[in-house]
Amino acid sequence: MPDTTASQEYRYITKKRRVTEDRRFITGRGNFAADYNLPGMLHVAMVTSPYACAEIKGINAEAALALPGVRYVLTGAELFENINPLLSGLDLPNVKRIPLAHERARYAGEWVAAVVAESRHIAEDAVELVEVDYNPIDFVIDPEEAMNADAPLVHPQHGSNILCDKTWVWGDVDDDFEAAPHNLAFRARWSRCSTIPIETFVVTAKCDEGKEMLDVWASIQMPKYPEQIARALSLPVNAINVHFDVDVGGSYGLKRGIRQTVIVSYLTRKLRAPVRFNEDRLENMSGGEMHGPDRIFDMEVAFDDDGIMHSLKIKATDDAGCYPGRAPLQLGKPVSAIVGPYRIKSASYNAISVTTNKTSQEAVRGFGQAPTNFAIEAMVDKVALKLGLDRDEVRRRNLIRADEFPYRIPSGSEYDSGDYHTVLDKLQDSAGWQDLIAKRDAIRATGKLAGIGISTCLEPSGGNSSFEPFFNPKNDTTTWMESCLIKVDMLGSITALMGTSTSGQGHETLLSAVIGEVLERDPDTIRGVHAESLGALPSNSPVGSRMAIMLGGAAAGAAEKIKKQLLEIAAHNFQLPVDRLIYDGGDISVDGDPEKVMNWNLLIDIAHRQYHKMPLGSEPGLQAQHTWEVPTGGALPAEDGTVQMYPCYAFEAHIPLISVDPETGQVEILDYHMGHDCGTVLNPDIVRGMTFGGIAHGIGAALYEKFEYDEGGQHLSGSFMDYLLPSSHEIPHVEMIKHYTPSPLTTFGQKGSGESGYLGAPAAIASAVNDALAPLGKSIETLPMRVRDIEALINGQTE
Amino acid sequence: MKAAPFDYVRVSSIDEACQALADGGEDARIIAGGQTLIPLMAMRLARPTLLIDINEVDDLTGISVNGDNLVIKARTRQADTLASDVVKERLPILADALSHVGHTQTRNRGTVGGSLVNADPSAEIPLIAQTLDATIIAQSTRGERTIAAGDFFESAMATTLAPDECLTAVRFPIWPAANTGFGFHEVSIRDSDFALAAAAAQTTLDSNGNCQRLSVAICGASPAALRLSIVEETLMGSDLNDDAIKTACANIDDLIDPQSDVHADAAYRGRVAKVMARRAISDARDRAKGELV
Amino acid sequence: MSEHKITLTVNGREMSGYAEARLTLVDFLRDVLGQTGTHIGCEHGVCGACSIVLDGKPVRSCLMYAVMADGHEMTTVEGLEGPEGELSPLQDAFWENHAMQCGYCTPGMLIATHTLLQDNPDPNEDEIREAIGGNLCRCTGYQQIVEAVQMTAKKLREAS
Repeated sequence: MPDTTASQEYRYITKKRRVTEDRRFITGRGNFAADYNLPGMLHVAMVTSPYACAEIKGINAEAALALPGVRYVLTGAELFENINPLLSGLDLPNVKRIPLAHERARYAGEWVAAVVAESRHIAEDAVELVEVDYNPIDFVIDPEEAMNADAPLVHPQHGSNILCDKTWVWGDVDDDFEAAPHNLAFRARWSRCSTIPIETFVVTAKCDEGKEMLDVWASIQMPKYPEQIARALSLPVNAINVHFDVDVGGSYGLKRGIRQTVIVSYLTRKLRAPVRFNEDRLENMSGGEMHGPDRIFDMEVAFDDDGIMHSLKIKATDDAGCYPGRAPLQLGKPVSAIVGPYRIKSASYNAISVTTNKTSQEAVRGFGQAPTNFAIEAMVDKVALKLGLDRDEVRRRNLIRADEFPYRIPSGSEYDSGDYHTVLDKLQDSAGWQDLIAKRDAIRATGKLAGIGISTCLEPSGGNSSFEPFFNPKNDTTTWMESCLIKVDMLGSITALMGTSTSGQGHETLLSAVIGEVLERDPDTIRGVHAESLGALPSNSPVGSRMAIMLGGAAAGAAEKIKKQLLEIAAHNFQLPVDRLIYDGGDISVDGDPEKVMNWNLLIDIAHRQYHKMPLGSEPGLQAQHTWEVPTGGALPAEDGTVQMYPCYAFEAHIPLISVDPETGQVEILDYHMGHDCGTVLNPDIVRGMTFGGIAHGIGAALYEKFEYDEGGQHLSGSFMDYLLPSSHEIPHVEMIKHYTPSPLTTFGQKGSGESGYLGAPAAIASAVNDALAPLGKSIETLPMRVRDIEALINGQTE
Repeated sequence: MKAAPFDYVRVSSIDEACQALADGGEDARIIAGGQTLIPLMAMRLARPTLLIDINEVDDLTGISVNGDNLVIKARTRQADTLASDVVKERLPILADALSHVGHTQTRNRGTVGGSLVNADPSAEIPLIAQTLDATIIAQSTRGERTIAAGDFFESAMATTLAPDECLTAVRFPIWPAANTGFGFHEVSIRDSDFALAAAAAQTTLDSNGNCQRLSVAICGASPAALRLSIVEETLMGSDLNDDAIKTACANIDDLIDPQSDVHADAAYRGRVAKVMARRAISDARDRAKGELV
Repeated sequence: MSEHKITLTVNGREMSGYAEARLTLVDFLRDVLGQTGTHIGCEHGVCGACSIVLDGKPVRSCLMYAVMADGHEMTTVEGLEGPEGELSPLQDAFWENHAMQCGYCTPGMLIATHTLLQDNPDPNEDEIREAIGGNLCRCTGYQQIVEAVQMTAKKLREAS
């Protein structure tokens, strides 16, 4: 089924267009951070802690420094004296984070010292020679144990391992539970995993002493990166230039190497030479930013005989790992869609962030929504099972109806638009629901287990900062903007600047298509540029499924301003009001008198060279910028604990068919069907790709991927031999159907899709495995569902 | 992940390789495919002081039939072995097992001898060597010797090869084709992962359809690939019906010694090893009867 | 530790440099010869980002020391274009199908499928998935890569 949108009025967006960025990647000409090789560059390797928790009594670098080619050994103590602690998402004045362990190492693999040498090889040789005097002390790995009064404290100065514990009640939860004839409770576990990119984090910094400028090339995807460097190093932001034209080799939220950046920035200033830190995979997996949400859900739902869900209680206990960073805020985004796509009229949410002696958690695709969706969908399946109703039917009865939008959920978010029933209908139709059931039953008849999964989930998109003040009242950030600056040069070509890097989202393609659409100019002639930070306008980077909405909106806004300037120039020259003029493909003619026309080249020439033909007092040249605040953003949470989180809500439904080998627990995905509605699709290939990729991440989370720790606090998943990423064998062909319900809040009706697939696939796979286990009267609520877990359950080897 | 420093020498004959090993001391290592050794060196879990590169030794590559044996020289690439018609025809059990070894790119470099020397307890090629009683041929400046597979694999990642010995070839017995069939099964998490457990079996049936010859081995559930002689003895002479196979395979708890790791616990490995053995024997039976291709 | 002069034929051009024995082939290509199209993902042979064609076969360049490749011939992603810089049918199909997002695994994917199509001009989906089974991609879920290879095979069939 071809991807065509209902909106045929568009010239360029919604149409198949090749992705501009791809050309450099297929020819080996990408500009990745590790491709920048500066003369005289020094290399960093990390000394890592072998203990889950240990006092650092001393570091002796003498032997390391004596090795030829070694230039420096940097310790946490030196950094502590010379930089400011890194920002935390919560108000935790006593938890200070320094890029290298200072006084105490708090997880196995934590970076304790940075060795600088003329080559990475020598740096690694020297790492082995650094003698660290450790005093191992008690540690805690399990988040629930960490909450016990007698648990070892990860940050003794904080006085507790609980970083935050907040409860919100929206609506009459107690009354609704009281009134409902049924309720059920269960625990679901989303294990520590993430969306690990194939490129590790890489950063190179160079101090240009002539310009007094710190230049940074990094594989970064993070809001306010230059500002964070500036704060840590007490530099003005205008003394730092981040080169955002670096291609980032995948990120999905994770590439937030502020520690690495501060280390190399400090070192390049100190050693007066360019310094690179190119994480190797071991440093990356245990000490970097690769770990994602690690969450226990205690769920309760109240429902009636028809399967209508009336109220919901969620307690989410999240293991943030050792430092809070932004991890606890990943408990916040799910408030945006706390009842999923369902008409549940009240809800309570208890969000607890706990610190343990594990690697710190970072932001991962969906920012906590995928785990929450998994728990909500498991709940819906359980309601169906308890009442003996079909799982699709229970969903249908509870899904918000198309005529109810905009729909305000109990926690205060207003869902912009949707047609969930139609998407589910279309999907079941295209998947051949009855045929799938027959296929499943035929497999069951051969003695194998088989199951069909179903999930119907939301992708909140557009991003804003509401969860920040929500979790930290001292933070009153409400601005969450994106910008675009368009310049039309003297010869008429169009260049558009954005203030962020790309990690595969196709922003250059987005800019050219959107600007081409508004100005009616061929997108292939429009260049999108990832401007360096000093030349860029404010940005919040590609997080929260927001760039189609926000960068798209900013670009359209800037293009409209260009168009307005052109019309004013033409109006001045024709001596007619603007409303008498027709803009067509960059040329402007007089309505009713098509002979009177000023073409694009002439208008541009006037703008750049013929001030005498310009409207009085207008700016010469032709450039316009537009900075756009996120729609529905800009307000602090209300006193009743409600808040409008993200502006736009995309919908996705998944139906996989799987088989399970009852003797080995191996799962095979036989068919995979997915229905997707993210409003107007700006580039069909980009949206398809992101969605397929998100499904692959979701299958990984559901079946394979976990950062495992042993009882001694050692991290067991530090390489790709131990942390299993699904390959082309494990990821099936996906049949995707599209539906297009535009958002009323965005320029073209687009919603986000950067997290699509990942937000529904884990729930769907879990649903399928549990459908396969249902004839045995068994189920699993813990991800990943590994072969050994499934087999043990089937064969009665476990509870 | 950069290797610790080492010296390198490229040799052009087996004699040169043996001399280099003799001169290089305990920490000299032969390198051919390097598909396991190089990652271990990158993690600095292996630190040879000298690598002796045998990739240009032409005498170490080739597959031939010698009487009742199929001889594979040590440096023969896994990919070439997998693609070999003579292997498919005369030693189909090895061809089947090889398709589970790594993936295309690692098989293009990885060698048959390298896998044997590496002796990973989950590896497929050592499993087939154990199943078929292969003979390993090793050379050193002290001369050539042959080692039965049963004496070769000592424990996990350890063999009885002396530090100065270079494995030069492996000899797999070829069974008469009539009424003979094989089975190979493995359970792994992802398609190209090491086996959590695997089993190989080969059987020859007599004219009544009874088992007159049977070899079965498993890997992943013991420090080295393990011949299941007790299963073979139990089933010899039987018609290899499903129940008999199941019963025979259920009684191996005393033989196996599975280990737990991040991928699977010991109990799981033990349970699925039996399942794999059962499936391998039953496939061997069906192939011997011509009921399975 | 020994240092060696290493001469390789890379994309038809002879290139030389000096390296310690412990320098992997991918490090040598990138850091000594400046051929940065080939990427490093894991350095332990799992991800396939460093795939190159060595003597006609796809291999992982992180699982070889450069010195072992001395005297050998290889093709990297930079060698897939025609002499005038024209895209190969496979590259063009990768572009047409948007068979990538971040582009980091793309050189390895191109190498793996380029050699597949040389050996098997008409692969089915299973064969394509087998050929890229050792190349991990975290962006695409592999589907558009499979589609690109199918499109290339179809075009090559139609052209012949």
